[in-house]
Amino acid sequence: MSDRIFGGFGLALALFYIWAASIIKDSFMVDVIGPRAFPYIVGSVLAITSIYFILRPDDEPEWPAARDLLEILAATVVMFLYAWFLSDLGFILCTTFATAYLTWRLGTAPLWSLVVGVLTAVGIYVVFHLLLGLALAEGPLGF
Amino acid sequence: METLSLLMDGFAVALQPQNLFLAVIGCFLGTLMGALPGLGPANGVAILIPIAFSLGLGPIPSLILLTSVYYGAMYGGRISSILLNIPGDEPAMMTCLDGYPMARKGQAGEALSLGGVASFVGAFVSTCGLVILAPQLVKIALLFGPAEYFVLFTVAFATLGGVSSTNQAKSAFAAALGLGIAMIGSDSQTGSQRFTFGEIHLFDGIDFLIAIVGLFALSEVLIFLEHHRGGAVGTSGATKVGRILPDFAMIRRCLPSMARGTGLGFFSGVLPGAGASLGSFLAYSLEKQAVDRDGKTFGKGDPRGVAAPEAGNNAAAGGALVPMLSLGVPGSGTTAVLLAVLLQLNITPGPLLFTKNPDVVWGLIAALFVGNIILLLMNVPLVGLFTRVLLVPTRILMPVVAMISFVGIYSITGSTFDVMLMVAFGFAGWVLRKLDVPLVPVILGILLGNQMEVNLRRAMTISDGDWLILVGSPLAIILWLVAIAGFVLPMLVGRRVKSRMEAQRPEDEVSVGD
Repeated sequence: MSDRIFGGFGLALALFYIWAASIIKDSFMVDVIGPRAFPYIVGSVLAITSIYFILRPDDEPEWPAARDLLEILAATVVMFLYAWFLSDLGFILCTTFATAYLTWRLGTAPLWSLVVGVLTAVGIYVVFHLLLGLALAEGPLGF
Repeated sequence: METLSLLMDGFAVALQPQNLFLAVIGCFLGTLMGALPGLGPANGVAILIPIAFSLGLGPIPSLILLTSVYYGAMYGGRISSILLNIPGDEPAMMTCLDGYPMARKGQAGEALSLGGVASFVGAFVSTCGLVILAPQLVKIALLFGPAEYFVLFTVAFATLGGVSSTNQAKSAFAAALGLGIAMIGSDSQTGSQRFTFGEIHLFDGIDFLIAIVGLFALSEVLIFLEHHRGGAVGTSGATKVGRILPDFAMIRRCLPSMARGTGLGFFSGVLPGAGASLGSFLAYSLEKQAVDRDGKTFGKGDPRGVAAPEAGNNAAAGGALVPMLSLGVPGSGTTAVLLAVLLQLNITPGPLLFTKNPDVVWGLIAALFVGNIILLLMNVPLVGLFTRVLLVPTRILMPVVAMISFVGIYSITGSTFDVMLMVAFGFAGWVLRKLDVPLVPVILGILLGNQMEVNLRRAMTISDGDWLILVGSPLAIILWLVAIAGFVLPMLVGRRVKSRMEAQRPEDEVSVGD
C-alpha cells in the first residue's frame, strides 16, 4: 500500500511538473528544442515509474510505530525551527536547545542533555568560529 | 613515461607542507567518521565539504582534504565491524563476519592491524590502477561528442541502481527526481526562469551541497533516532583490543587473499554502480570458495576472511575514481559527492580535466598515495586511539553531526532559507530510504542534470533537431547497449546478490551508498 500511495504522490508530482514545464517562458534566443523539452522527458519518466509503483508495489516497508513516527516528525520540526530562529536568536542559543533536544530524545537524562547542548554549542563556536574563522549566525547578543 | 613525470609533478604538489598537513587531518577525520557506526564515507565527505569550502581553501587543498577523508573512512569502516560487530558503513559489512569472531577470540588487535594492512594493499594497488587506466579511458572519452556524452550520462543513471537496488523503477524514479530538481532555476541556454514560481531564493537553482548534506547526513540522524529513541545502543560492549603489532606470519598467509580481493575490488569499483559494497562482497564470497570450501574456518575468525573484503572495499574506492575523473561519471555515492566538490570548485571532470588541469588530477592522485601511507602509519600503531572514539556514546555524537552539517551549510550560504531547505531534504531522504528509493541517483541527477541537458541540446543543434543523432555513431550505440544491459541485468541477478548480502548483514543500520 505504501508504494501505491507513493506512486500516487509521484504521479501528482509528475503531472504538476509537466504542467509547470509547459508554462516556461521562451526567450528571444531559443535553440532547436528549447527549454521545455528536457523537463518534459524528465516529467514523463517520473510519471511512468509512478504508474509502475501503483501497478506493481513492493512489499510493505517497516514503518515505525505511531509514537516513533511522531518522534521523527518532532525532530524534523525542531531542526526546522532551529533554522527559522537562527538569525534571530543566534548560533549558541539555537544550537544549545536543538542539540539538547536531540540528545535527550536519544536517551540522555534531561539535565545532562542540556550540559551536552551547551558544550556542543560552545565547542563548535570555539573550533569553527574562533579558530577556523567561519561565519556563524549572530544573535542579539553577538553570538 | 609521460604519466610518470606528471605523477612526479603531482607529488611536488601533494608534498607541500600545507597539503601534507591537510592530508593528515583528512585521514584522521576520515578514519573517525568511518569508525563511527552509521557514518560512512559518503556522509563523512558530505558533512565536511561545506566546511572545507567556507575555509576558503583552494581547489587542490580542498580536494586533498576531502579525498583523504574518503580513503580514511574506507579504512575506518573496519574498526566498528571488528570491535562491535556493527559495520560503520555498507562496504565494511563483510568484515564483521570474521573480524568480530577474531575479536571474540582475543585477536581484536591483530584483526585490526591485518585489516589496516589489507586496506593499504587494496588502496595502494588500485591507485596504481587508476594511474594506468584513467589516461587510457581519457583517450576514448576524447572521441565523445555531445550526443555520446548524453548517452554516457544515461549509462550512469541506468547502471547506478546497480545491485544495491532490485527495483529498477525506483532507481529510475530517483534519477528523474534529481534531474527534475536540477532544472530549477535559470535555464543556462536561454536564461528563462524554470520552476521557480517567482521565489527569489530559487533563481540560482538549488545548491547541490544542500541536497547532499540533507539527504545523506540529516536523513542518517533521523534513521538513527528512529532506531534508538529513548535508549541509544551503548558502545560499552566494545571488545578489548589486545595485542596490536601485526603478526607477520599471519600477514604473509593472507597476502594471496589480499591480492585476489584487490583485483575483484578494483574491478567492481570501475564498473559504474557496483561500488565498494559489491567489491567486498565478491572478495569475501570468492575467497571463501577458494580457500574454505567446506566452510570450516570462514565465519569463525579466519584472518583471510578479514583480509579479502578489506582489500576489496578499499580497492573499489580507488577503482571508482577512474570513471569519475576520466569521464566525469561517478560510480558510487561517495564519488558522486566528490564530483560535487569538483563542480563546486569550477573544475569539470572528464577528459579535458587531464589536459586543462593536470596539476589538479596528478596532485590529487599523488595525494592518494601519500594519504595511503599516512593511513597505514596511523591505522596500525594508533588503532587503540581510534577505538577510544567508540566509547563516546553515539547518542551524543549524532546530534553533533547534525549541528556540524548546519554550521557547514550556513557558513557557506549565509542563508537560513537554505538551512530550512536542507532540513526538508533530510526528511525527504528519510521517507525515500524507508520506501527503498536509492538516494545516490537523486544526488547524481541534481549534479549532472544541467550538463546532461546542455549536451542533449547541443547534439540537437548539430543535427538540426533530428533525434536519430543519439544513435548516430557506433560509440553511441555501444553506450546504449551498455545502458540497457546495466538497467536490465540487476533485475535478473540483483535480487539474488542482494538477498545474499542481506543474509550476511548483522544489523539493519548501515549508511547510504559508499
